[in-house]
Amino acid sequence: MLIKTKSNILNSEVTDRAVFESRREFIKAATILSAGVMLPISGHAETGKNIGPYSAKLHVTDREDVTSYTNYYEFSSNKKDSTILARALKTKPWSVEVAGEVEKSGVYNLEDILKDNPVQERIYRFRCVEAWSMVVPWLGFPLGEMLQRFKPTSKAKFVEFTTLYNPEIMIGQRSNGLDWPYVEGLRMDEAMHPLTIMATGMYGDELPNQNGAPLRLIVPWKYGFKSIKAIVKIRFMENMPGTAWHKSAPDEYGFYANVNPEVAHPRWSQSHERVLGSSIFTPKRNTEKFNGYGEEVAALYSDMDLKKYF
Amino acid sequence: MLTGKKGWAGLKIIVFLLSLMPFLLLVNDAINDQLGANPVEALHFGFGDWALRFLCIGLALTPIKTITGQRWPIRFRRMMGLFAFFYASLHLLVFIGLDLSFSWEAFKDEVPKSPYILMGLLTFLLLIPLAVTSTKKMQKRLGRSWLKLHRLVYVAGLTALVHYFWLVKLDYTEPLIYAAVIGALLGIRIAVYCRKSGKLFEP
Repeated sequence: MLIKTKSNILNSEVTDRAVFESRREFIKAATILSAGVMLPISGHAETGKNIGPYSAKLHVTDREDVTSYTNYYEFSSNKKDSTILARALKTKPWSVEVAGEVEKSGVYNLEDILKDNPVQERIYRFRCVEAWSMVVPWLGFPLGEMLQRFKPTSKAKFVEFTTLYNPEIMIGQRSNGLDWPYVEGLRMDEAMHPLTIMATGMYGDELPNQNGAPLRLIVPWKYGFKSIKAIVKIRFMENMPGTAWHKSAPDEYGFYANVNPEVAHPRWSQSHERVLGSSIFTPKRNTEKFNGYGEEVAALYSDMDLKKYF
Repeated sequence: MLTGKKGWAGLKIIVFLLSLMPFLLLVNDAINDQLGANPVEALHFGFGDWALRFLCIGLALTPIKTITGQRWPIRFRRMMGLFAFFYASLHLLVFIGLDLSFSWEAFKDEVPKSPYILMGLLTFLLLIPLAVTSTKKMQKRLGRSWLKLHRLVYVAGLTALVHYFWLVKLDYTEPLIYAAVIGALLGIRIAVYCRKSGKLFEP
């Protein structure tokens, strides 16, 4: 069986950081040496936007792959179907309710939130609990800075996020499965961490509906299901919120859900990941602890047994 | 209905080519990079789906014969069974070769942690003796025990279902459809068996 792939020039180096970090030399050499070499546009990390910190120089996944392979159970458990069904969602106007242990509770228009929180680009790895991964240039702002503006009280130990509940459009919510609406949560220090962002766009443009428009969470060191989509409510809480996948299968999905190759899911290994967009002969990538963000976030969990608090 | 040896041979060739189509389409998509963001998964699931479908088709032939009284479905039983084995082999080959990149280390890491993979391997092991003894020669040589041996396909149908159920995260719609089909096909056999054995006690 002989199978060739289209752009094998950089695709074969998707996971190779060392090669990619020296890409300027590589590009220069490639340009000089062979005028015929076609470089995929996605090979460039920078898009010329306001680039925030932590934007590791990673090989960005093709936009086409990121927008056509999405887990969005509110619409369908099928990754292709959900991308099409999500088109029906209207994301304007949009408001977010702020509640719980907070001084400035109330309902905020998304436009007003965006006025206070200028977006910057963050290129992050994204690792799904299903053992696939991608690299996405998100547009967003630090969640912590946004939350501070609402003035959480001293009782606020956790933040809970809720997705829109609208079974007429989100037809996946008509069937039981998860306890709708989808709820996720973070410990306050996780929410305040500068790596954690609220995303409103990607690839220099607005978020497509299937990727969580108009407002979603991105916590790059945790499995993707923590990064809740289409957020309509933020609640500050004293106790740990009950989160959707954790409630559905507590032995399989923990509250913390930190990416960890050493702790297997009860039904599959988490030590490797399939990088989206890589050719069929590309081996899987070794999963990194905290998805490669250990330097920044490992201290948050220094006194915790990560096997117990998975 | 077609009659004569030539007619049946022609029909068999058509069915053979049709059964090969899913394989050709998937390989064509792979060559042309049309398998989406996760092509290994698309191939892996695609071959797995077709293995299960051919298993269902193979299991449906005897009940069709029972219900219609026609003998022709039995002529295709071996081919359908072998196609189930063919797609199951490709499903396993994609897993070992493309997903694990033929790495023994990866195999040792992944397989023991996954009950559903173990169940899939068991299903494949059950299908091997059936494929090996599928020839007319073996059928004659084994005689009555050939029939007994090939009842393993019922077990394989059930372990394939368990394999599917165990890998699903939340939405059981698809494995439930296969469970309904296989359940019905095995159910008909049980009903027929009960009726036959019931007659033994009639005065």
